[in-house]
Amino acid sequence: MREGKLIVNSDWNKDLGVKFTVQDPCQLVRKTLGDPIAEDLRFVVKTIVGEENFIDMTPNRSNNFCCGGGGGFLQSGLPEERRFYGRRKFEQIADTQATYCITPCHNCHSQIHDLKEHYKGNYHTLHLWTIMCLAMGILGENERAYLGPDLVDVNPYPNPEI
Amino acid sequence: MSLPVLKINKNKSIFKNEVMKLLPEGGNLNLCLTCGLCSSGCPATGLEEMDPRKFLRMASLGLDEEVLSSKWAWMCTMCQRCLIACPMKIDIPGLVFNVRNRWPKDDLPKGIHGSCEMSFKNETCSAMGATEEDFIFVVEDVLEEYQESQPEFNDMQASINRAGAEFFLNQNSREPVTEPDEMVPLWKILHMVGADWTYGSKGWAAENYCLFLADTEKWEKNVRIKAKAVDDLGCKVWLNTE
Repeated sequence: MREGKLIVNSDWNKDLGVKFTVQDPCQLVRKTLGDPIAEDLRFVVKTIVGEENFIDMTPNRSNNFCCGGGGGFLQSGLPEERRFYGRRKFEQIADTQATYCITPCHNCHSQIHDLKEHYKGNYHTLHLWTIMCLAMGILGENERAYLGPDLVDVNPYPNPEI
Repeated sequence: MSLPVLKINKNKSIFKNEVMKLLPEGGNLNLCLTCGLCSSGCPATGLEEMDPRKFLRMASLGLDEEVLSSKWAWMCTMCQRCLIACPMKIDIPGLVFNVRNRWPKDDLPKGIHGSCEMSFKNETCSAMGATEEDFIFVVEDVLEEYQESQPEFNDMQASINRAGAEFFLNQNSREPVTEPDEMVPLWKILHMVGADWTYGSKGWAAENYCLFLADTEKWEKNVRIKAKAVDDLGCKVWLNTE
């Protein structure tokens, strides 16, 4: 994106103003590449959705809380404990009032998606690839399973008007 | 009403000391000030009436039986927030890891154990048991569908076993097995930037449940199968999505 090889912008969201937050996966940020990768992540997300439409959760970056999806928790046979663990993450996301939480990690995606169902949240959980392709206008009909009703028909591809 | 007296056997070689031999700088396990910064920022605090500070204090006091059988070891995700917060940089996640490592095989969480075992069923390392044939079929089938129905992508590639490609991309089993359309957005992004990438039919599965089990031998075996698959194709970069 920085080298101009991947052209993405947030024009698609200028009028819609849909709000996004992003999860800092423990393994990627705190445990491996640290705050620099958290900054890269925010650069990518803000480019895709628009800086004014990005709301950071609190705390964030290396100081963010684990969502509880890692360490095998999802397959541990301890769903009650896992969801209790995840209550802080749910509150963090809910407090941003964002419609979407972007989860750049499979475990985070599964857990944060489950927490939404369990705690009856109002957000949707998105892979980064989904929102990037939507912004680029190349997200097909069958690639929209995780979009909410507000975005599922935005930027259809192939574009029926062409 | 008073609590029972705790007898501490100073002569017993305790678990904490065993772990200190394994961790860099001994994991600083003897430096605890009991400040509680770890517990105050831990989402697992309260589960099993346990928290990171209490877990370490129990280990320090030689309460090995209690520590080695505490289910809390499976409720900590080893996220390292406690370690980052700790003024003495104490590796409580390392302690938890070693508790998991010593867990009796028959009592391991069935889901995690099953997934680890499944990953050795064939050389894909898939925790869902997907075979090389399964993977090749799904990828080729989905690719063809998208090439036909989406005009800008009729020359998009999703190679398998293309020797000499720069990037070896791995794939979590979840997508090809349960939601194959979700593989495609990443293919599109790679296509848009002209990345020279391939999947491998061996070692393609990104997940590693043996890691969660803290089974160090199986974790290593799993990774070596994958690393060999990357090397055998002569790829320069192993693009790990997990």
